[in-house]
Amino acid sequence: MRLSFSRELLISIANKESACCRIFSMNRQDQVITLIVILLVITFTCLSFFLFPNIGNTAEEKTIILPKLHKAAEENIAVPPPPFSEDIFPCSDCHGGRATNPQRRKLDEPHDNIVFEHDAQHRWCLDCHNATDRDKLHLANGTLVDFKESYILCGQCHGDKLRDWKVGVHGKRMGSWNGKKTYLLCVHCHNPHSPRFKPLQPLPPPVHLNKPKILSH
Amino acid sequence: MEQNHSQTDSGQCPVSRRHFLKGAAGVISALALGACDAKKLEELMQKHFHEMSKEELARAIARLESEYAEKYKTAIKVDATGPMEHTLFGYALDLSRCIGCRRCVYACVKENNLPREPQIHWIRVLELDKEKGVDLAHANSYYDAETVPREGHFYMPVACQHCKHPPCVKSCPVSATWKEPDGIVVIDSNWCIGCRCCMAACPYGARHFNWADPQIPPNEINTNTHYLGNRPRYKGIVEKCSYCIQRTRQGLYPACVEICPVGARKFGNLLDPESEIRYAMETKRVFILKEELNTQPSFFYFYSL
Repeated sequence: MRLSFSRELLISIANKESACCRIFSMNRQDQVITLIVILLVITFTCLSFFLFPNIGNTAEEKTIILPKLHKAAEENIAVPPPPFSEDIFPCSDCHGGRATNPQRRKLDEPHDNIVFEHDAQHRWCLDCHNATDRDKLHLANGTLVDFKESYILCGQCHGDKLRDWKVGVHGKRMGSWNGKKTYLLCVHCHNPHSPRFKPLQPLPPPVHLNKPKILSH
Repeated sequence: MEQNHSQTDSGQCPVSRRHFLKGAAGVISALALGACDAKKLEELMQKHFHEMSKEELARAIARLESEYAEKYKTAIKVDATGPMEHTLFGYALDLSRCIGCRRCVYACVKENNLPREPQIHWIRVLELDKEKGVDLAHANSYYDAETVPREGHFYMPVACQHCKHPPCVKSCPVSATWKEPDGIVVIDSNWCIGCRCCMAACPYGARHFNWADPQIPPNEINTNTHYLGNRPRYKGIVEKCSYCIQRTRQGLYPACVEICPVGARKFGNLLDPESEIRYAMETKRVFILKEELNTQPSFFYFYSL
């Protein structure tokens, strides 16, 4: 019945007659049946979006949602573990039962080697290290972050560097230019407590037999 | 009459002057060929790199490998991997980051079998005044300091720029140097005649001449080599940076990129829009050395700060 009615409707459209006009000219019973058919078609169309979600552009939209850089980072990039000094991690081994002391002070052993030069006026240990779960760091909003993902913490203030690091322009990439590569964490090059890059001793200059005077500073 | 008779006698002599000369030339050349061994002869008869068939190239490589094994007492692998498709190598160096530590210079020496004596460095690190900017007249590549970077200075490593329009290639009278499809400007060490025209043509001082037989300590030889790159060279020929062709054609970063302690060196495929080199080109301030010469380098300097 549904089929015959829709055919009738199609024929009416094919005859360049408005379907609405046709409905008005029908008797009451036909009108009711036509309306039921139209409702059925609408419901079926709506349902089909839930039943067959892959129809149309839906699938394509889904893949676009993922940010490209992030996807690339997950697939091709390996990061070596953070460079802890020997026997220093996990922190909870020593700090587990102790009360936290948030006071700014001169640090005792084994942390007496820490020179703190990272916005020292405003920051102190617990701004990055977490007070309750001692083996984690925390973001400004309180979210806990693993030491392996410390770059998220650094990126809170140094967002431009994080962006460049993710695409490989800030920091060092090793391995393959067209495949698997290794990244270094921020803390592999920058001591988090004193992040300015330390000067290095240069390797020897090239031999120069006749050193022109203009070049000798 | 008698004279005439004697003339006809000599005319019938079995060895005429012409025959004698022919024979003598033959004997001399046979002796000369015999004196030099077959390998030398093969080397002499080797064709241009582009004209060699696969078999001829394989034979030339086998000859080189045996020659090197004899000279350096280690098995040296000579590879001839061709360029990858859809690849155009580009290099970017972050002038805001380089501290002039020269780690790259010596990593290059080791990777590319550079002669230790007489010394050749493919990379030259220039120390420049921050006040003067890139002013090559006041550049110093012989700086020696306790620590770098020195106050008020910045550093600019210069090596082959692998130009799109390489003046060195134009100037070579024997086509011993050319630009490969992946952008690397290469030299065939066996074809170079050592005329040094390319050195005069290069505006970057990137080409270096072997004034004497290159000395490399046998235990420091890199045995992984490429025919157009880091295979041991000879006295009297020119050499230069090859973007570590033996590494990059296998998909690896060049040795200088791997060693750089500040991560100032970026390398990748310019045709790949997702590569870090393209990101640097598109988002950072880029500087091209001697841009006015229209050599169109594939080596770019940029400032990340």
